[in-house]
Amino acid sequence: MSAPGARADGGALRTAQVVIVGAGPAGLSAALSAASLGAQVVLIDRESRPGGQLIKQTHMFFGSRAQYAGTRGIDIARILYDQVLGAAGVEFLLDATVLGRYSDSVVTVEQADRCLKLKPERLIIATGASEKVLPFPNNDLPGIYGAGAVQTLMNVHGVRPGRRVLMVGAGNIGLIVSYQLLQAGVDVVGIVEAAPTIGGYLVHAAKIRRSGVPILTSHTIKEAYGKAALEGAVVWRLDERWQPIPGTERDISADVVCVAVGLSPLAELLFQAGCEMRYVAELGGHVPVRDDDLQTTVPGIYVAGDCSGIEEASSAMVEGTLAGASAAASLALGGRQTAAVQERARRELYELRCGPAGQKTRDGLCRLAG
Amino acid sequence: MRRHDVLTRTGVPAPADLKGIMPSADLMARRRVAIVECFQEIPCDPCADACPFGAIRPFQDINDIPEVLPDECVGCALCVAKCPGLAIFLVDLSYAVGTALVAIPYEFLPVPDPGETVAALDREGAWVADVRIAMVQDAQSQDRTRVLWLEVPKDLAMTVRNVRAGA
Amino acid sequence: MRITDHPILTFGHGRKVRFTFDGRELEGMEGEVIAAALHAAGVRVLSHSHSLHRPRGFYCAIGNCSSCLMLVDGEPNVRVCVEKLSAGMRVETQSGKGRLRMQADRETGKPS
Repeated sequence: MSAPGARADGGALRTAQVVIVGAGPAGLSAALSAASLGAQVVLIDRESRPGGQLIKQTHMFFGSRAQYAGTRGIDIARILYDQVLGAAGVEFLLDATVLGRYSDSVVTVEQADRCLKLKPERLIIATGASEKVLPFPNNDLPGIYGAGAVQTLMNVHGVRPGRRVLMVGAGNIGLIVSYQLLQAGVDVVGIVEAAPTIGGYLVHAAKIRRSGVPILTSHTIKEAYGKAALEGAVVWRLDERWQPIPGTERDISADVVCVAVGLSPLAELLFQAGCEMRYVAELGGHVPVRDDDLQTTVPGIYVAGDCSGIEEASSAMVEGTLAGASAAASLALGGRQTAAVQERARRELYELRCGPAGQKTRDGLCRLAG
Repeated sequence: MRRHDVLTRTGVPAPADLKGIMPSADLMARRRVAIVECFQEIPCDPCADACPFGAIRPFQDINDIPEVLPDECVGCALCVAKCPGLAIFLVDLSYAVGTALVAIPYEFLPVPDPGETVAALDREGAWVADVRIAMVQDAQSQDRTRVLWLEVPKDLAMTVRNVRAGA
Repeated sequence: MRITDHPILTFGHGRKVRFTFDGRELEGMEGEVIAAALHAAGVRVLSHSHSLHRPRGFYCAIGNCSSCLMLVDGEPNVRVCVEKLSAGMRVETQSGKGRLRMQADRETGKPS
């Protein structure tokens, strides 16, 4: 909160080599990458604790060793943070919200009572994503939360969201958060998924099925109900054309509905900075047009992680590494090592995306480039 | 990936899916084997790295479905704790007459004690038997993925995949 | 509602502190977000929609959606899902859009 009458001017304009907005897996990796190649980095995050969504992920990560496969997300956050703390040339600004990036390249930042002004040579935007909302009657009742909110409450604040949860969405997030709810001692009455098949990894589904949680594919929520807060919901089945079938309504008593229907890139800063944006459904919404170096159409502005397109934490880390190296390369830092880092990152991204699980991302990137 | 079949609709593999990843009945009768219930090409390869005995074939591509080399498997359960999908189980049909040993990954509380009897569940979470815990592995290196070794009736060795401990 | 034992996590909390919610004295942990303290105390309704007065709680819990705006120590439009709790805080449900202190001061002719 700002004190009344706070000074708007936080001081003189500060120059910086590389400013990174967002200290999630993409931003932390970009900071490490750029700093290790000799750049002076300022890493900014609006939270008091860096790590982005990693700090809520209690499960072991997938991918390969290079992306810390087998390590829990919460621990990856700490590992990356410790590495960044240990790297020379990285300054952290926490509890700091980037307000905008202007045509003179100035970036304004609000931190406590002050408005800071930075003028970076290169800017990497790694602001991540936010929950999509599902429209249905009474979807504004207290007790209806985004999946990320449920994770935050449980895994960061140590508070159970409720007693009986209906999960909407059987993508990775819906499946993982259902499992985390069980671990927190909360009853998951079931998962409804509008598609005829489970969208997330089948091993995540198997884990919760063997704990007795039903997954109802081709089902969706018709409406929620409750007076002051959620008391229950009605679900119904969808036919082959995804149309609800009247008469198949089922009443489910629940005090929490967890909505896990996907993420959208947090693109405000990219829009405000004037980057060319395109709507690509496969990537989750509006994403910036960018080149192989992850540079947007505004020279000197790079992008990495979920705000470049919804994917996984593993690809966020690799994109961050690539963007950091690209920014360094454009500043003629790091010599041949920089090109090697870029090459390896591009190869890792290709490997992460080349299988069936990467089809959606590949289609989205094709559409973006087309 | 198959379309619309029971695995992708319900998250529970069909008998045909399981048959495809099981070693021969003869081999299973003779020794402890790792069963990797992973049916989908996803970018994930820590199981191959986890095995110090080379019993999981090294991956050519990160999306490969893991292949167990049963002759190399000593049944240590390191892979059981390391699989991010908690999809690996050990089955030992040679354990005792009529009784098999099944090792499952477990990340809930309470963690049962060796000697305790718990409710054993199938892949749909349905109770199938009450079983005795033979051993609990909870080493630091397992990073909080405990491994429970269950004494189960032999005919349930490919059915029991979870337990419910506590009241 | 508070989790005491967890198979993966250990929760380190700050000390217990008292705060008020619409005049009611409640307890929370110093440094946790106000929304978590309220939720742990069983408070689900944080505000009401402006025209239809429908009950609202939080939705995103990370400061993106504006569903959790409340009055904190007289300051309006505070996102309680990201604002941290401190001892003696006065948390109140906000009616309508809230008025900034500068606005209110201007209206009463108070020097800013």
